[in-house]
Amino acid sequence: MSRIIVITSGKGGVGKTTTSAALAMGLAQRGKRTVVIDFDVGLRNLDLIMGCERRVVYDFINVINQEANLNQALIRDKRCDHLYVLPASQTRDKGALSKEGVGRVLEELSQTYDFIVCDSPAGIEHGATMAMYYADDAIVVTNPEVSSVRDSDRMLGILSSKSRRAETNAEPIREFLLLTRYDPHRVESGEMLSVDDVQEILALNLLGIIPESKAVLTASNAGIPVILDRDSDAGQAYGDMVARYLGEEVPHRFLHAEKKGLLSRLFRG
Amino acid sequence: MGLLDYFRSTQQKGTANVAKERLQILVAHDRAARGCPSYLPKLQQEILEVIRKYVDVDLSAVSVNYEQEESHEVLELNIILPDTGKHRI
Ligand SMILES: Nc1ncnc2c1ncn2[C@@H]1O[C@H](COP(=O)(O)OP(=O)(O)OP(=O)(O)O)[C@@H](O)[C@H]1O
Ligand SMILES: [Mg+2]
Repeated sequence: MSRIIVITSGKGGVGKTTTSAALAMGLAQRGKRTVVIDFDVGLRNLDLIMGCERRVVYDFINVINQEANLNQALIRDKRCDHLYVLPASQTRDKGALSKEGVGRVLEELSQTYDFIVCDSPAGIEHGATMAMYYADDAIVVTNPEVSSVRDSDRMLGILSSKSRRAETNAEPIREFLLLTRYDPHRVESGEMLSVDDVQEILALNLLGIIPESKAVLTASNAGIPVILDRDSDAGQAYGDMVARYLGEEVPHRFLHAEKKGLLSRLFRG
Repeated sequence: MGLLDYFRSTQQKGTANVAKERLQILVAHDRAARGCPSYLPKLQQEILEVIRKYVDVDLSAVSVNYEQEESHEVLELNIILPDTGKHRI
């Protein structure tokens, strides 16, 4: 049985594409046949984060319009045998994502893959609703910041009312919270919402906390999903996230600031 | 960061609290507009805490649904308990 996972948020720039790449790579590294699809038509980015931008020939819209078949459009990851990328079109507009077309492609993919990861565009418009419509699971990516939390709550409302599962009265989408760009120093000094604050408002199953990390930019510069940087805090946090998603019990890490002496605090920066 | 900034930053302590309070009000408002009571997630969490005193279940085992019908409202609680007694804590 294949599972469709949407990475969504409402708000833009919170880390959906970073998370999609990490999750897909993490699942594939554990031997799961995985495909990650870029739903951000017109603003394609996943190919860059995955480092396969120079190998894009056909895209998702070509497959929907039957101008190419899936095998022609899927890009096999060079680092991991079980991982494929289906890029978005850079030139069309989001209207090209028809509900029937998306459904047909997902159906075909589900014959072959264990996990289908859908990288949603920002917003709550057509592209975002298409990315979540067929989902079995949703990872709601949230930053500890007021507008992001509010948008996540809005997205939860949409997941529970406008998805296929909601419309057919099937078992609801399983929703998970992923808190990203978490800065324990700022949380401890009272400047930033804490995990507990966010959980009190959203009350979701907490899949992980990804710290604010320099490793994310370094990884995206190189086109390497940050989960492959096993020495970095963000890479390890994403590794934990994948394990939790697969049902392992892993304690949360990177929640607390490293203790610094008074002197280093006074003269920091 | 200089000495002065350090003390200034400790004085600003607590904006996260302001953020949280504003969010609680905002989100309650948004949820009311969607027709779903804002206390649902909190209710779910508190119910979970009570259940956890007796049985070892996690968040996904409790689902709270709310539906507005024409003449009445339905609050549906669904709790999946582990099948044997051995999960007792
Ligand atoms: N944990 C993190 N630490 C530091 N920077 C991060 C982290 N996560 C994401 N970023 C940075 O935030 C920016 C946005 O990330 P990303 O593209 O993954 O977000 P997105 O939600 O997909 O954005 P969009 O809504 O535009 O699709 C990028 O510059 C990325 O490098
Ligand atoms: Mg993105």
